[in-house]
Amino acid sequence: MISPHRSHPLWFAFLLHRVSGLALALFLPLHFYVLAMALTSPEALDGFLSWTDMTIVKLAEYGLVFLLAAHFFGGLRLLALEFLPWSPRQKTLAAGAVALAFFVSTTFFLSAV
Amino acid sequence: MAAETDKPEKMMDVSVWRGGPDGGAFESFKAPQQESQTILDVVTYIQQNEDPSLAYRFACRVGMCGSCAMMVNGQPRWTCRTHVQKVLKDNKLVIAPLRNLPVIRDLATDMTVFFDKWTAAEASFTPTKTRHDPMAPINPETPERLAASEAIECINCAVCYAACDAVAGNEDYLGPAALNRAWTLVNDVRDGGHESRMDAVSAAGGCHNCHSMGNCAQFCPNELNPTASIAGLKRATVKAALGLRK
Amino acid sequence: MLDLRLYMLQRLSALILAPLVLTHIGVMIYAVQGGLSAAEILGRTQGSIPWMLFYGLFVAAVSVHASIGVRAVAAEWFGVRGSALSGLTLAVFAILGILGARAVYAVTAL
Ligand code: SF4
Ligand code: SF4
Ligand code: FES
Repeated sequence: MISPHRSHPLWFAFLLHRVSGLALALFLPLHFYVLAMALTSPEALDGFLSWTDMTIVKLAEYGLVFLLAAHFFGGLRLLALEFLPWSPRQKTLAAGAVALAFFVSTTFFLSAV
Repeated sequence: MAAETDKPEKMMDVSVWRGGPDGGAFESFKAPQQESQTILDVVTYIQQNEDPSLAYRFACRVGMCGSCAMMVNGQPRWTCRTHVQKVLKDNKLVIAPLRNLPVIRDLATDMTVFFDKWTAAEASFTPTKTRHDPMAPINPETPERLAASEAIECINCAVCYAACDAVAGNEDYLGPAALNRAWTLVNDVRDGGHESRMDAVSAAGGCHNCHSMGNCAQFCPNELNPTASIAGLKRATVKAALGLRK
Repeated sequence: MLDLRLYMLQRLSALILAPLVLTHIGVMIYAVQGGLSAAEILGRTQGSIPWMLFYGLFVAAVSVHASIGVRAVAAEWFGVRGSALSGLTLAVFAILGILGARAVYAVTAL
């Protein structure tokens, strides 16, 4: 899969954007389903939310928030690449997007624990 | 010469892909290492000394014609300008035909699709004047001309096309080289094909399929940046669709 | 796979999503402190027109954005083509749109 012609930073940025997008698209129906429980069975929603106290679920949330933030910051880089004059600093910008995603998701994680 | 023959020749292992349109496999050869040797030299050595039936393609040997590109250790490269010293790994070379193109035989690919896509992208000049008109004065300093000059030195080698994963996943995608050339023409004030070119690069296989992964720019031997050119096309097509002037 | 029309829809939805996602992340960091509870979430959102509009727009934009994204991945990585590809795009759009609308209704209606 990761053959030599792909091992450079911008290809990894592409992969991260694609995998995070796909993961978020798969997660969303679940997210919506759980929220809709507020209407159908509020107790079930609370039951589900109490689950989120577990460390393993907190870690999974950390991962999800990271993917969301990575897709967000990575997406901003792509929008800038496409709609603003070309910047030769794409690798730095891509690394910066990942760093910001880590910062934001870690902030979330620290608030959660 | 004497010094050279005194020294025992250092041999390297070369795996060369052999086969045709219906498949094939790697075949192992030994070739002597030499100073300032290129990958094309190695392929030629094998063809002249080991197996005269080995098929490959080259013409200029100086990086002008774009006919010698192959996959070398998994990366697309112009073989006439790639030094063995630079890419030799564990005394081994793996040489295969360019990715994303059908093989004719061994290392020679059929580049018909590649060139057909240049036509499909309308990546050719549409004149607005005849030979009887005076020469068009071109100011090399305008932003349009600077953008065109940035992207113009393409040798049609298909290295970028072989590197692109959007091409690998989508047989209709026009690919970096054709779109890069289309971008130079979008910026050419003498060109008269602007509107139909905008349509050509906006169709189902057009510039909007590019994911800006930059494989093309990473490997273009002339250090062109098709990623940037395609971003320019995206911008230009969106502006045109929104009714803003380019 | 992506022509100009789909491309513009995807980039437009991305532009709409950008501030919404930023706000959503901010709300999450704020809300997660001290644990999540249905009462806390609903207390914030129920009967709130601004939150209904906010999350309604969010769901609409994300349905467009994700269905076009899934389309490109399905085509390039899984070889889906033709009417199956159009069907998949529409199905993802519809599923996210319907489930999302239900969720927004559930948490913001009175
Ligand atoms: S930037 Fe675009 S054209 Fe270049 S390799 Fe990536 S997808 Fe292909
Ligand atoms: S853009 Fe570069 S890699 Fe692509 S065909 Fe032209 S010279 Fe070769
Ligand atoms: S042989 Fe002409 S570019 Fe290599």
